[in-house]
Amino acid sequence: MIRTPLRPLARILSARAKGENPDYIERENIRLRAETTRARAQNRAEGRLLLLGLAFFAAFMVVGARMGLLAASEPMEPRSAGLGAEISGRRADITDRNGRILATNFSTHALYAHPKQMIDPARVALELSALFPEMKAEDLERRFTDGRSFLWLRKKLSPEQMQAVHDIGDPGLLFGPRDMRLYPNGKLASHILGGASFGAEGVHSAEVIGIAGVERALDSRLRDPAQAATPLALSIDMTVQTAMHEVLETGMLMMNAKAAAGVLMDVHTGEVLSLVSLPDFDPNDRPTPLLKGDPADSPLFNHAVQGVYELGSTFKIFTTSQAMELGLVNANTMVDADAPLRWGKHRIGEYEGKNYGPLLSVTDVIVKSSNVGTANLALKIGGERQQEFFKSLGLFDPVPLELSEASGAAPLLPKRWADIVTITSSYGHGMSASPMHLATAYSAIANDGVMLTPTLLRRDSPPAGKRILSSENARAAALMLRQVVTRGTASFGEVDGYEVAGKTGTADKVKRGGGYDKGKNINTFAAMFPASDPQYVLVVTLDEASDNSSTRPRRTAGWTAVPVAAEVIRRTAPLLGLRPQIEYAPLNAVSASVQ
Amino acid sequence: MRPLLFILSAVVLMSLAFWAYRENYATQRAQKDVTALTREIAHLREALSQQRAEWAYLNRPSRLRDLVVLNFDSLGLLPMEPEQFGRVEQVAYPLPPLSLPELGMPVDTMGLISDEMEDTP
Repeated sequence: MIRTPLRPLARILSARAKGENPDYIERENIRLRAETTRARAQNRAEGRLLLLGLAFFAAFMVVGARMGLLAASEPMEPRSAGLGAEISGRRADITDRNGRILATNFSTHALYAHPKQMIDPARVALELSALFPEMKAEDLERRFTDGRSFLWLRKKLSPEQMQAVHDIGDPGLLFGPRDMRLYPNGKLASHILGGASFGAEGVHSAEVIGIAGVERALDSRLRDPAQAATPLALSIDMTVQTAMHEVLETGMLMMNAKAAAGVLMDVHTGEVLSLVSLPDFDPNDRPTPLLKGDPADSPLFNHAVQGVYELGSTFKIFTTSQAMELGLVNANTMVDADAPLRWGKHRIGEYEGKNYGPLLSVTDVIVKSSNVGTANLALKIGGERQQEFFKSLGLFDPVPLELSEASGAAPLLPKRWADIVTITSSYGHGMSASPMHLATAYSAIANDGVMLTPTLLRRDSPPAGKRILSSENARAAALMLRQVVTRGTASFGEVDGYEVAGKTGTADKVKRGGGYDKGKNINTFAAMFPASDPQYVLVVTLDEASDNSSTRPRRTAGWTAVPVAAEVIRRTAPLLGLRPQIEYAPLNAVSASVQ
Repeated sequence: MRPLLFILSAVVLMSLAFWAYRENYATQRAQKDVTALTREIAHLREALSQQRAEWAYLNRPSRLRDLVVLNFDSLGLLPMEPEQFGRVEQVAYPLPPLSLPELGMPVDTMGLISDEMEDTP
């Protein structure tokens, strides 16, 4: 490159000759040189910017094009993705604890129409209405001809129906593949499973979403593609569930009850082995919810979980075990049971105006089901400690069960915990809880005083629980409950070999307007067996049951819920693999003299 | 030397091209096979789940109960009861074989029990 000198001799000489300052020439040249340098730098910078801009443009174009492509293209499964077994778009199956299927998927087809491609809408409408009774020919024809280009006709078709529609042979009738939720056991576990229906629907597929029960509560787990291949194992034992369902159904009929509920729990793991609520429904064909009236009259109502009732005397064992735990009494302490007890303007009496007093041992308070004895114990405990204990038994919160209905069924509690509430709630009145609450609380007593969270999912190892009663007191409570069966109100509950222990509860139903309805009661029997080493807890509740086999109807739990529960135990305990124990009868005078 | 090198590289190029051509078609064929197999697997899996559902439906407890009731004559099945549990002590030891002497020369004897039998041939 040739550089012009800053002071070219020729120009200097001529400038000097003209008498000009030659320094100007130098300055001018320096300026020119600087300008060229600047122009070059600017050029280069602009070039780089342009390049960078181009690169960014290309990168964004690629991203944009990819996004557009993804948005516009139909989703397609990868063709050569090796083993596609682990990831699946289907909803996971639900099985019982032994792997027997409770809910699975079934391929079927939906029927839709493209009326504009239809050749003879009138004939199609006529033939379809002949196939499907819910369709009307004139209605269909009007909809086929009003200018729309798409129409859903049916959500599910059986293979036979699909063939029949094929045979109509019109190109305007089309089928879309569908996954349908199938409950092969019908009514058996209806309230646990709930049901499923279609969410967003497309021509090629439709979303299956859970609408109640486990299906809804664990919807995200069931829909997770990564876990679709592993079925969800519930804690329910199908055989036990069947036996309980059968016995409760018969019991409900024999005791003229409106509804029945039963819960069977394994006390060491907190698993619910069986949960039945009657009347029930077929989850394959879920009835529509009632729009007016009492929701409890609908078969959809889960009496075991949603049915929040005053559970009556079954609560008495909580009061006595707390009194023992606090060291106020032991099983043989004599307490005041002089009926009636007056508290302010209230009068607490016993069943049928009896008086078991003036003094009764704590065991006999439970055995005879004395309201007054329990009330006096509760007054010794005091309202605050009583509330704390009830809270630790989970009686103040919704049951943490994996059912969509469970979280909505909170116990009904009085706003202010006055002394009279302390008295009434000690024997199960004035506050309401569900049979499931009761089963959970009884399990805590049966599990040596350790409270576990109940679950509907199979647990492989027992979870860590919270101790609420000492082991001795829990055992003493179980022995008291055993005596209720051997010599108390639940004598029909005896099942040979299983040492049933339990407490009856009979409570009048609360009227809608307030007050109690004398002729309608909730009968409950909460039991644990075998008493010497409790393994299972069973709660049976009958709604408005009465035993009409004698001259006047018997409405107490001892006559209604207890025999039903005993039959449940007799049928289910062998299924659970529980071996009957031989109970040695105490020797009487004759047999003793023989030996 | 040079022309030989040219010819050699041309031959190598052509054989590589031929190999690539065959490989291409082999890949396409393999891909098609995989697609067909995947489809078949999906089909079989679908059938399997269908059959599992059907099996569960046919084995639903209510149906089994009805079948048990219908076939009570031949099966004689009853619900499980506590009395059915046994104990090891209740199972008898196998009896020792009888040590009686063998019978020698058995003799058949026949006779009539009553007079009425005389009429029958």
